[in-house]
Amino acid sequence: MGLLKGLKDSISRATDRLFSEQEPKRIGIYGPPNAGKTTLANRIARDWTGDAIGTESHIPHETRRARRKENVEIERNGKTVTIDIVDTPGVTTKVDYEEFTDEMNKDDAVRRSREATEGVAEAMHWLREDVDGVIYVLDSAKDPITQVNTMLIGIIESRDLPVLIFANKIDLDESSVKRIEDAFPQHKTVALSAKEGENMDEVYDNIAEYFG
Amino acid sequence: MPKATNPDAPDGVQIDLVSGQRMEGLTSMEKIRLILDGVHDGNIVILEEGLSPDEESKLIEVTMAEISPDEFNGIEIETYPRSDTRDSSLLGRLVGGEKPQAKLTVIGPANQIETLHKDETLISALVSRN
Repeated sequence: MGLLKGLKDSISRATDRLFSEQEPKRIGIYGPPNAGKTTLANRIARDWTGDAIGTESHIPHETRRARRKENVEIERNGKTVTIDIVDTPGVTTKVDYEEFTDEMNKDDAVRRSREATEGVAEAMHWLREDVDGVIYVLDSAKDPITQVNTMLIGIIESRDLPVLIFANKIDLDESSVKRIEDAFPQHKTVALSAKEGENMDEVYDNIAEYFG
Repeated sequence: MPKATNPDAPDGVQIDLVSGQRMEGLTSMEKIRLILDGVHDGNIVILEEGLSPDEESKLIEVTMAEISPDEFNGIEIETYPRSDTRDSSLLGRLVGGEKPQAKLTVIGPANQIETLHKDETLISALVSRN
């Protein structure tokens, strides 16, 4: 299957799946730790509802439980789409409390790692059961070809969920959107900086097109 | 940090090479149990055939449930890149079910296995016994 046909089919699947239903779609924001998922979720929530979803931090696993912002109405080109945004913990296959002991004492680090593992397990469960579409956030300054990213994208594809890849942190000098496009050419990649609010118009256009 | 190793095991790293045939008759949870029991013992588990996406998802979920401070901090997992998913049509998935696509997968304790290199034909891993 060619790339263009793949993209077309992907959009078509998203439209077919979602077009007939009027209720809000649950859109899970997935990706590795520290990709900027919560910053993006907050940016979207603030832009359209005035409220943030969660705390942002440079420490991995700041988001340890999935958080949902319901009924986010996004208006694009005269059309309104309503989604529930689910901000999930960064998915990983390992969590070591010693990663946090530079920032906090051991008890707090252990508690943080326990919460993180519960959150990742929950996010994986929800991916199988409870989301209608996925925004997959990657740090465009980092190599996207990791086992976790490859696995997660494969899991999402196997469930036939519409997925948009967001290449975040384009404000960083080391950012390379092309590296992400080349890694996952079968999906639409949208470049942005959630922190700086760069390219958010295209972000919302694509959210409306894929999930509206 | 104490390591997830079997104290009765001889000095060395045990590698379990699991054939596709051995996995064929197992349920998803039995496969995951087989993998994680081996990893908890400090073994490196190599699957002749990979897991299905659904099984990979459950493997991450169960791994998270078993992480414990000072004992087990998770897994490293490496698989050859799946064949191009663009060619995995809905019809193909319906006909083929969620069968894993014969891809070798290496799984080991996160504190003992480090991937040095991976491409479409080679996984190079450093395994330490601490």
